[in-house]
Amino acid sequence: MRHILSLLMENEAGALSRVAGLFSARAFNIESLTVAPTEDPKISRMTIVTSGSDAIIEQIMKQVNKLVDVVKVVDLNDTRHIERELMLIKVAAKKTDRAEIKRMVDVFRGRIIDVTENSFTIEMTGTGEKLDAFIQALDERLILEVVRSGVSGIARGDKAIHS
Amino acid sequence: MAKKKEILRGAEIFCRALKDEGIKHLFGYPGGAVLHIYDELYKQDAVEHILVRHEQGATHAADGYARATGKPGVVLVTSGPGATNAVTGIATAYLDSIPLVVFTGQVSTHMIGNDAFQEVDSIGITRPCVKHNFLVKDVKDLATTIKKAFYVATSGRPGPVVVDIPKDVTADSCEYEYPDKVDISSYKPVVKGHPGQIKRAAELILSAKKPMIYSGGGVILGEASKELTQFTKLLGYPITNTLMGLGAFPATHKQFVGMLGMHGTYEANMAMHHCDVLIAIGARFDDRVTGDLEKFCPYAKIVHIDVDPSSISKNVPVDIPIVGDVKHVLKDLLAILKSDGGQKPDAKALKAWWKQVDEWRALDCLKFDRDTEVIKPQYVVEKLWELTKGDAFVTSDVGQHQMWAAQFYKFDKPRRWINSGGLGTMGFGVPAAMGVKLAYPDETVACISGEASLVMCIQELSTCLQYNTNIKILSLNNRYMGMVRQWQEFFYSSRYSHSYMEALPDFVKMAESYGHVGMRIEKSSDVEGALKEALALKDRTVLMDFVTDQTENVYPMIASGKGHHEMHLSSDKDRELA
Ligand SMILES: Cc1ncc(C[n+]2csc(CCOP(=O)(O)OP(=O)(O)O)c2C)c(N)n1
Repeated sequence: MRHILSLLMENEAGALSRVAGLFSARAFNIESLTVAPTEDPKISRMTIVTSGSDAIIEQIMKQVNKLVDVVKVVDLNDTRHIERELMLIKVAAKKTDRAEIKRMVDVFRGRIIDVTENSFTIEMTGTGEKLDAFIQALDERLILEVVRSGVSGIARGDKAIHS
Repeated sequence: MAKKKEILRGAEIFCRALKDEGIKHLFGYPGGAVLHIYDELYKQDAVEHILVRHEQGATHAADGYARATGKPGVVLVTSGPGATNAVTGIATAYLDSIPLVVFTGQVSTHMIGNDAFQEVDSIGITRPCVKHNFLVKDVKDLATTIKKAFYVATSGRPGPVVVDIPKDVTADSCEYEYPDKVDISSYKPVVKGHPGQIKRAAELILSAKKPMIYSGGGVILGEASKELTQFTKLLGYPITNTLMGLGAFPATHKQFVGMLGMHGTYEANMAMHHCDVLIAIGARFDDRVTGDLEKFCPYAKIVHIDVDPSSISKNVPVDIPIVGDVKHVLKDLLAILKSDGGQKPDAKALKAWWKQVDEWRALDCLKFDRDTEVIKPQYVVEKLWELTKGDAFVTSDVGQHQMWAAQFYKFDKPRRWINSGGLGTMGFGVPAAMGVKLAYPDETVACISGEASLVMCIQELSTCLQYNTNIKILSLNNRYMGMVRQWQEFFYSSRYSHSYMEALPDFVKMAESYGHVGMRIEKSSDVEGALKEALALKDRTVLMDFVTDQTENVYPMIASGKGHHEMHLSSDKDRELA
């Protein structure tokens, strides 16, 4: 099953490679991984999307927790949560296609953030599924380039990860 | 008024920090990146530097020192090849959870990443085989980082820690202050076990009809041998130890049923298979111990006590996990078991269970032919045990001799048996013995080796001479990589592909050329005399080249993919018993 893990870690050099190295050394799966500093510059937050049986997820949690740099790890699947991913997508946009593409972007609540004579660059956030659906909905031949951020996740409600 | 702090150079800080940490021995080998440090070592005498002959030897020697004493082993090597040579020893310590602090020199900070002379990414290379590692980029962080390294290496589940120190950091200066303790907010090892879990465990333990205690290296690392022994005696249950756990419970005690696992005793493995409650203490359900997981302890409810949560339910799902320091948890369990009016073990069931275990024991699975002129390797180990009254420190290399050492030297005390169980590193034995001898100069330290393993770190014989670490090396020389040959005999129709040791050196002359005593023993009847003679030579290192039976195999054996009840007991009697 797919799980979203959120972890806080000391913002030390090499901390990212410890986590990434752990996943590859123990043959754990990584679907996506995002990382950036938090409101506390000494702490980074990472979101990892992984998958595996309950036993494997349990091992992943324990092994990640064991890393000396890791302050906390939670499995967002254990609570109600929100996940979002950012996608930037460049599409060929000839005069004849423009109206249709714009309509689609509106339906998916994206935004066109760069325009040239022949192209649009579209920004879109949502769950991975929604972004997949948008790509599916576009004519494949129009897609020039796709960049996705990987998932960021947070629990619903007023409880914060630190507490 | 606060004492004015001294301004010291990084290299001085290094030496002072080791001194303030109470470190007595440093195993090392110099090179460009650590020359400032070596210059400071020259000027002080608080820390004794032991010059090894290969960086692998430094890590194994420090490792042996740590295993024998419980204190961290400390290593200093240069950048590049110094660091890479140390990796095997670091990984060896990692797999057996041994506290080491390994300092690697590094090129100066401004050169890092430039493929500078003798630059390797030591942090990257060692990351998967250390508990943690640090790169010190600023001399101001040096003292604290050293303190953190010792703290991380020795606390919780111990392990090796690497500290990579660029050369310019050892030249720069700052105020020196060695912290009394450090706090790492992201690192808080658990000590006390959960009281509720401990209570539940006690109930299950006391309800057992066919109990079995299975304890591992964690008991030794956690200094919990005394508590384990009390616990086991109080309950009267049978106990087995893993290869890493030997000595945690006295092997000569009647409740001890021997080692378990691939080359464990018949009685230990059968009791594992048939038990109804398994009490796993400081053990990690390694594949060499469990055999086929599908067939592992099919009738048992399992209690597992371990300091490392990730060891719990990793290979085998357990019923009652207790995360905590084994010593604390055993104390808590003992308190419950000793409390008045509490439940007691089921004496009747236990009697019937012991009757069964003793029947298995009566098979005498470790018997070997004692009427041969050709030397049986088991006999050599048994004699060593007798002559040293079971009280020597014994290191080993890896192979058949290691298993025979584990089976035939009955360890009654913890920290006496020192071997590379997890990584299985040939070359470990001699340097490890050297490290033990440095820690305990007055004790007998023997290294049981094979002629193939022995030469993997043979250069350390020079170190033994230089520092008077007089060890007794028993090479069980079967002219084969015996364990490889055994597998080839069993699983590759005796196609002995590259497992024959041709062109062996003259070991007697070799020992002599290093300044030691060499002996070659070819007859069974000469074994005892030779051992006595060697042991009497207290101030000499002796290499005993025992020419042993070439075809002897290690039994019992559980082949890969088999269960505990499916042991081979001997070549002519491959019985499968259930
Ligand atoms: C560094 C290393 N290389 C290879 C092996 C694989 N291996 C395991 S046992 C063994 C043979 C050891 O032979 P020897 O030291 O003569 O001991 P014996 O088995 O004959 O007692 C080998 C090659 C190993 N454990 N370590």
